[in-house]
Amino acid sequence: MSYHNPFTPPRKSATFDDHTLAEIRRAAATGIYDIRGAGTKRKVPHFDDLLFLGASISRYPLEGYREKCDTSVTLGTRFAKKPITLKTPITIAGMSFGALSGNAKEALGRGATLAGTSTTTGDGGMTNEERGHSQTLVYQYLPSRYGMNPKDLRRADAIEIVIGQGAKPGGGGMLLGQKISDRVANMRNLPKGIDQRSACRHPDWTGPDDLEIKIMELREITDWEKPIYVKVGGARPYYDTALAVKSGADVVVLDGMQGGTAATQDVFIENVGMPTLACIRPAVQALQDLGMHRKVQLIVSGGIRSGADVAKALALGADAVAIGTAALVAIGDNDPRWEEEYQKLGTTAGAYDDWHEGKDPAGITTQDPELAARLDPIAAGRRLANYLKVMTLEAQTIARACGKNKLHNLEPEDLCALTMEAAAMAQIPLAGTSWYPGKGGF
Amino acid sequence: MPVFDLSSTPLRELNSALHALSKGANDTAFEVVNPRGSHAVAVGIDSPVVVDIKGSVGYYCAGMNDGGTVTVHGSAGPGVAENMMSGTVVIEGDASQYAGATGNGGLLVIKGNAASRCGISMKGIDIVVYGNIGHMSAFMGQSGHLVVLGDAGDALGDSLYEAKLFVRGSVKSLGTDCIEKEMRPEHLEKLAELLEKAGVTDVKPEEFKRYGSARKLYNFNIDNADAY
Repeated sequence: MSYHNPFTPPRKSATFDDHTLAEIRRAAATGIYDIRGAGTKRKVPHFDDLLFLGASISRYPLEGYREKCDTSVTLGTRFAKKPITLKTPITIAGMSFGALSGNAKEALGRGATLAGTSTTTGDGGMTNEERGHSQTLVYQYLPSRYGMNPKDLRRADAIEIVIGQGAKPGGGGMLLGQKISDRVANMRNLPKGIDQRSACRHPDWTGPDDLEIKIMELREITDWEKPIYVKVGGARPYYDTALAVKSGADVVVLDGMQGGTAATQDVFIENVGMPTLACIRPAVQALQDLGMHRKVQLIVSGGIRSGADVAKALALGADAVAIGTAALVAIGDNDPRWEEEYQKLGTTAGAYDDWHEGKDPAGITTQDPELAARLDPIAAGRRLANYLKVMTLEAQTIARACGKNKLHNLEPEDLCALTMEAAAMAQIPLAGTSWYPGKGGF
Repeated sequence: MPVFDLSSTPLRELNSALHALSKGANDTAFEVVNPRGSHAVAVGIDSPVVVDIKGSVGYYCAGMNDGGTVTVHGSAGPGVAENMMSGTVVIEGDASQYAGATGNGGLLVIKGNAASRCGISMKGIDIVVYGNIGHMSAFMGQSGHLVVLGDAGDALGDSLYEAKLFVRGSVKSLGTDCIEKEMRPEHLEKLAELLEKAGVTDVKPEEFKRYGSARKLYNFNIDNADAY
């Protein structure tokens, strides 16, 4: 009796998978870590792992297309003399002129304005185009203070003190020399063509006691008119939210690790910070413990893609959400129509993330005038408005199905979780049970 | 001259009156008494008003000043004249940390000493300190001038961009990418102008050394990683 030679197929390591091996080779060949844009690409528990229960005998639904479902939200009701009211709770997150082209910033302003929501400046200051095309503009106050000046502070509708962002809590930034055009250099008061570091800490305050005085100063400068937001990356959401409230914030912006960046080390994006889903409940708990839920508004960002995500974030206790990556996709980022050019750059539509190199075929993350001219800000603004309206309608559809005549009436009780991880992070019972990990001491 | 007594008048009234000044206003000189270390005194000035503060102030005095002339007859807390755009701020006493942080323009004169991080991230402001300055001063300074008649602490000009630093006394240590540079005639001329503006009469520009960026960190290079 004979046996065939037994054959064991080659086995690749799960630890040293193809991507890991390629990254080791790349590091060895280039001597530099990988810098890229966008947020985490790893799979993390997310809103997909939650479902709405919908109405049944115990609660009744509202008629779609007939019965009202209010989507408006007012931000800055705590101290600001002029709070801002938005038609939809979906706002546009901060993205800089510099990281984005002037046309892209204009498109974001146009789209947000058409949809009745706000857009936000970024590191690098406020441009006239952006101010002009944005009905409601939030002005970011960042550690670098590039372009910061009191005139722009006063012509903003709200001020967002940026302490961190989800893609890189604890990290600063770097706008590489190739994106520093004359105009960008001038706005930032630096020579053209050099790397521009964005500091990770504010230059003139440290800690919550200082922040409280800093917020007071900004309020004094702007005569207590503007809502003041404090933006933090998803790191210690309970304490960060509590300290932002203690410091006098009107609004807390909480950005999970799926939130994008213009350029950061891949190792940072993938290994620092918490998923958005894990951040919301601790932040809401902090607000509730302080008796400030709905008095200090909570804006959640990081991986919001659809009206379902919006509804889930609101059900978990957020007052509004912000979108960045999704807004860029809506105006044309990573569009398959540019596939041939993505291929030339060694990537493919949907995976292009070398936003810092300034070669974006879609003309969005670039300062190259020829590439930037590819983006029609009017048409792109229209696309963004369409997308925002679809998301709002989707969220309304779900809210009505849950019997709510206002998006903000959605609550954790309307949800169930598909996985143990999501159940634990969102403190939502696993589907078909009344239990989630941690509940009752287990 | 309007006088604001901060022991009995809310700060809001002072700042609000300063912001309400329109072009051609009659009252262009204000006096503030009993500041008692208040924060955010005379912030957001946007007209050529003169403000005399009789006493010491807390954080962010004259923050974002744009055109005003503010004198503190006492000492100033952290972040005095932060992000100043234009105008003049004079501190008769000492200034705490981050004096003149991120300032875009104007002149800040500190007649005593300044603590750490003086001129941090400066973007065009001119700062003249009669005494000494603390560590990490002019960190990431982008442009403008920092003139120190006394000594500088550790890590002066760390990660400096194009701000120009002049120190008359000793420098405890230079920060990364900051080096001593040649004092050329145009620098002596600028220094003389700044000293005169700051009311310094008994010191010569030739007594100073100039420090600036070696510009080695302007574009990232892995072989410079030890510098970070």
